[in-house]
Amino acid sequence: MTLSSLSAPVRERGTTSMSTESGAGRPDLPGTPIFDGDSSRRGLRMNKLFMSLRDAGNRERFLADEAAYCREFGVSAEQEKAVLDRDWQAMIDLGGSIFYVYKLAMMDGRSMQYLGGVFTGMGEDDFLAAMRAGGRRDG
Amino acid sequence: MAEVIWGLATSHVPSIGAAMDRGKTDDPNWKALFDGYAPARAWLAEHQPDVAIVVYNDHANGIDLDFVPTFGLGTAERYEVADEGFGRRPVPDVIGHPELSLHLVESLIDEEFDLTVFQELAVDHGFTVPLSVWTPDPGDAWPCPVIPLLVNVIQYPQPTAARCYALGQALGRAIRSYPEDITVGVLGTGGMSHQLAGARAGFINPDFDHMWMETIETDPGQLAAMSREELIRKAGSEGIELIMWLVMRGAMDDRVTKVHSDYFVPASNTAAGIALFDNRNGQPA
Ligand SMILES: [Fe+2]
Repeated sequence: MTLSSLSAPVRERGTTSMSTESGAGRPDLPGTPIFDGDSSRRGLRMNKLFMSLRDAGNRERFLADEAAYCREFGVSAEQEKAVLDRDWQAMIDLGGSIFYVYKLAMMDGRSMQYLGGVFTGMGEDDFLAAMRAGGRRDG
Repeated sequence: MAEVIWGLATSHVPSIGAAMDRGKTDDPNWKALFDGYAPARAWLAEHQPDVAIVVYNDHANGIDLDFVPTFGLGTAERYEVADEGFGRRPVPDVIGHPELSLHLVESLIDEEFDLTVFQELAVDHGFTVPLSVWTPDPGDAWPCPVIPLLVNVIQYPQPTAARCYALGQALGRAIRSYPEDITVGVLGTGGMSHQLAGARAGFINPDFDHMWMETIETDPGQLAAMSREELIRKAGSEGIELIMWLVMRGAMDDRVTKVHSDYFVPASNTAAGIALFDNRNGQPA
């Protein structure tokens, strides 16, 4: 239990000690994955794998034997399945950071709009149309 | 002493750089964005600083998740442009300014901002896109040496908005205490509202963005009082990177003069904003 969220924020110039949160945990907002320390710990090996795909030689080795490449990076069985199945939502759920997961998507020639279509269930075309119409709103 | 002459806030979405690199700035999906940059670019071309500082975050290119520095500063003579997976952007490497960097590190650490120090750092779109927004045709070199100031915005908990603003204020003091008479431009990058993952992907909040754009000029302390949760709720899980605008704003005077601002949706899945402020108090533009 923290009282810090009840206290008025300090706004003096130069102050360095203000906090409106104090380890009370990450925000729980509908439809909003938060990449926090737990996710990062869980996803470390998989995110490293994604980052390695910046290198053309690594992309070649990955594509030659994706499962072997996953094992080389020591990702979990669930994560390996998510990667092999291109289950983008599962990758996020299993600790993938969107910026890292995106490396794999780029390798596949997929855009962030494609991923948006997957995460929202709208499909890429409708997602893109919604963005061009000004973006999506809450509620 | 050194002086901050302007502050530029801008989104750093990779597709803005890609549109430039591929000559698509007149494409109907992009033209309004680049037209909106024109007045800022024209003014900036007339007000070249001696050094610039870019406040940005890395996106799995220059640093890994092995180390997640909350704040970091580059002290190198040169920063390579990162290859993010499909060849590096066709823009020049970045020349640094180690003397000013080392002065900033010392001043900021004396003020108890315990920054991570980078002697080697490849800079990604978070850094180069803002430089391109400022200088679309750099030729062989960017207009001046540039110093990277990194902020962790991709792994929760990000630094608070208040801490970012306070860092900016300390950065302003550090710049002003530099013994040489040089001029400095500060770029705060990222935003505006957007969310990339989850069922709420594609979220854009124009009301919030307009409030932010206005208040960053007039009352940044009010923005600095926002909690992470409020920022994520109102600006989206990636829109929280707007906290980097507060570092830029903190380095400027309480009163600044807006030169230009513009807002455009969508740049990829993002609301793109630009805001340019003149920090030369009492001087005619
Ligand atoms: Fe970013």
